This record gives sequence, structure tokens and C-alpha cells, in this order.
Amino acid sequence: MSVSARAVGDRALLLELAGNEHAVKVARRARSELVGVVDVVPGHETVLLTFDAAVDADGAIALAEAALADDHAPPDPVLVELPVTYDGPDLAEVAQLVSLSPEEVVARHCAATYTAGFLGFTPGFAYLLGLDERLHVSRRAEPRTHVPGGTVAIAGVYSGVYPRESPGGWRLLGRTDSVLFDAEREPPALLAAGDRVRFVAR
Amino acid sequence: MIEVLESAPLTTVQDRGRPGLAHLGVPPSGAADTRAYELGNRLVGNRPGAASLEATLAGPKLRFVDAALVALTGAEHWPAFEVEPGDVLAVEPYARGARVYVSVRGGIDVAPVLGSRSTDLMSRLGPPILGPGDMLRVGNDVGGAPEELPEPRLPAEAVLRVLPGPRPDWFAPGALEALTSRPWRMSISSNRVGIRLEGEPLEWSRREELRSEGIVTGALQVPPNGQPILLGPDHPTTGGYPVIAVVRSDDLWLMGQLRPGESVRFAT
Repeated sequence: MSVSARAVGDRALLLELAGNEHAVKVARRARSELVGVVDVVPGHETVLLTFDAAVDADGAIALAEAALADDHAPPDPVLVELPVTYDGPDLAEVAQLVSLSPEEVVARHCAATYTAGFLGFTPGFAYLLGLDERLHVSRRAEPRTHVPGGTVAIAGVYSGVYPRESPGGWRLLGRTDSVLFDAEREPPALLAAGDRVRFVAR
Repeated sequence: MIEVLESAPLTTVQDRGRPGLAHLGVPPSGAADTRAYELGNRLVGNRPGAASLEATLAGPKLRFVDAALVALTGAEHWPAFEVEPGDVLAVEPYARGARVYVSVRGGIDVAPVLGSRSTDLMSRLGPPILGPGDMLRVGNDVGGAPEELPEPRLPAEAVLRVLPGPRPDWFAPGALEALTSRPWRMSISSNRVGIRLEGEPLEWSRREELRSEGIVTGALQVPPNGQPILLGPDHPTTGGYPVIAVVRSDDLWLMGQLRPGESVRFAT
């Protein structure tokens, strides 16, 4: 499979891939094998590579193509369960928007197994893919200035958990006590791209 | 020890930041003007990566409890000088440039977080913003003898050279020319996360949403309102707005010396 790449200034390269699964696969390979790379950042369907000197575009593309051609079964993904109390301030509104009862929203949110597609926004914030299509709702028109840490939320195709208090425009369904990011822990982020996640109502 | 007497409007501890952790959502952070920061460490003979103080637009005022070797770089330039116990160093307000680095032989010793002593304003990693009464320890990050180096100049006009992309196809024809053919004004709501630019809006050619992708310091991200945001060291690691162009790595340091209200040009 051929991979296309776009230059990002003179120290980075953006690989365009056919989906998040490919992005995770290429990112894993690049992190362990690509020489001179500083950061390997998976996106929804891209991988950004930053270099400490000149960009090695040919090497990066060859590595990505090799990773995609590799048909060895990937290692079993890590499964992380997050216990959630579904008492979020937007649960009733989401239920109304998608014409379901709040109980059905919770049931559907818990039924899915999610994949951490990529991290961003704030340390430890994983964009979780696999949200029930019925629950795809837009962000709030007015983002909140304070969303508490541990808040479980949805927006568009994603679900996610705010690792710490921050502003946020997603719809808030509940809260978890799991610690998504702790700079003193190794690894600091609870979730890595490619991990599977389930929400368990409590 | 160094006592902070005044630190307004913003003084932080900075070093080379936290590269290599972007996949965890951890921003690069680190000194905004890397050229001045690196120079300061060389002037006092520090190991590369030793932490300095980064002052923004004015200040700080410091009282040295112990003798020290100090240099100022960036918007002010003072080659290495000795201070005696009890000496007070006050950086007077400066009219040109935005940041001054106070480098002390041995470096500023605060507890590192994820391998860096930098304060990340967006992610709130690293030491808190400095305030009056804070006491700072001097560390042991000594490299060798202090170096004598020429004073670098700030250019009379801020011009940042850019490379187009990665998303030129997201913009109306002529958008890149519009970016590079006229000056942009740096908004006062700019900080280490991003420099907001004001000018004739750059038009998108699409209405859909871009899927979030990794972004870099120096990227010119364009939200739907067409007013570009030039990403600084504390930028989030992924973004969903298309990037029209990226500042060349050789020019990134100059972003750290732009002042709100001033104009900046981009050149291809």
C-alpha cells in the first residue's frame, strides 16, 4: 500500500493513512525503528513525525509501507475498564437530542468497546473511537469554562474523559475516579493510542 | 538562593521543554526564544538545558541571597556579570522585543516534571508562574567556562520565513499569497500557547471539518474565522484546524520576541 506524505515546515512530516488503525500501526513502528525522530504523533488518520534535523521523508514512507504490509497479527490490545457514574449535566439533553431515554443513552455508551485513536487537547486526553452512531451529537454551542477532571463526555464521533479541570465544549454524561494522567506515574497517561476502553456504569 | 521581588506581568522558569511526549498529549513547552535562552546558558558556562527565567514584556526584579554569575539575553543583552549577596537586579521595561532570559551559572533548580523544569501554561505542568516572595535555588548545571560571544541583534522588522502546507488544498486560491503579501497584527490575547494574528481573513475553500492531526510549534493554523493562530511552545499536540504554512526552524526563535500590537510579516 502506498502512503502519501505532506511536509510540515522543515522539521516534520505528516503521513496520510487510510484510517486510525493504520495510523496506530505506523506510529508504533516509527517509534521503535525510525532514526532521528523526536515525536511520533498519531492523529485520527495521520501520523506526524518530527525530526531533530532534516526530515527523512523517503525513510519514513518506506517504514510506513513496510508496517502496513506486515501481516503478523498485532499484539493483543490492552483493555482498560473505566467505572462511570452517569450523572452528567448534559445526559438529559443528549437523550432528548437523539430521541432516547437517558437510560438508553447510558446503555449504548456502555455497550461499545472503544479504541483510543490518538491523544491530544491536554495531557492524557484520548479521543475514543467506536461511539454508537445513534449518540453522535454536535459540541455545545457555548463551551464551558470549567469541566471537572474525570468527566466522561461525547462530541461528534468521539467519546473521551477530561483528565483534569479544563475548559470544554463536549457533552458531559458522567464521571470516573480513574486517573487519566499523572506526571509522576510511568507511563503518565492511562491510555495509549490503540488501547481498548470500556465504560462500566456503577 | 534568589528571591523574587517582582515578576509582573509574567515570569516563568524555562529550559528545553518536553520534546518526545507529544503522543501522550504533552506539549513541547520550553523557552519561547530558544536562541536567546541557549545563548544565556553559554554566557554563564552552563550545561545545555539548564533552566533560566523567562520574563515577558517587563521585569523581573530579583534579590540575590548569594553571589552569582548572571547574564541577560533576548530583548535586553548583558554579558555575564557578578552579583554580590544582597544585590538587587531589576530588569527595566524594554521597548523592543518581548522576552528576556535571566541565566544564572548553575541554572535554576526547581523540581523537574517529565524531565523538564519548564512551566507549561496550557497544561499546567512544571513549576507555577513565579510571584513575589518565591525563593529559587541555584543548581549545579555547570558545563565549563563562561563564553564570550557577540550580541545578536533583533531585526528592525519582524519577518518570519514560512514553508507552505501541509493543508494548502484547504484554502481558497490566493490564500497563501494573502498570508505573505500583507502585514499581520499580533493580538493582545496572545501567549505561549499561540500568537493570534489580526488582518484580512484567509478564506477556506471547504466547509467540512478536518480530522484532528498532530501540529508543531510555528504552524499557522487557520480557524473558520480566517484569523491565523501561530502556535507557540505550549500548543496542544493535535488540532482540527488546517495549517496553511509553517515557520522555518531557523526563525522560530523570533516568534518569542514578537510584541502584542506589533506587526509581523510572513515570507515564502
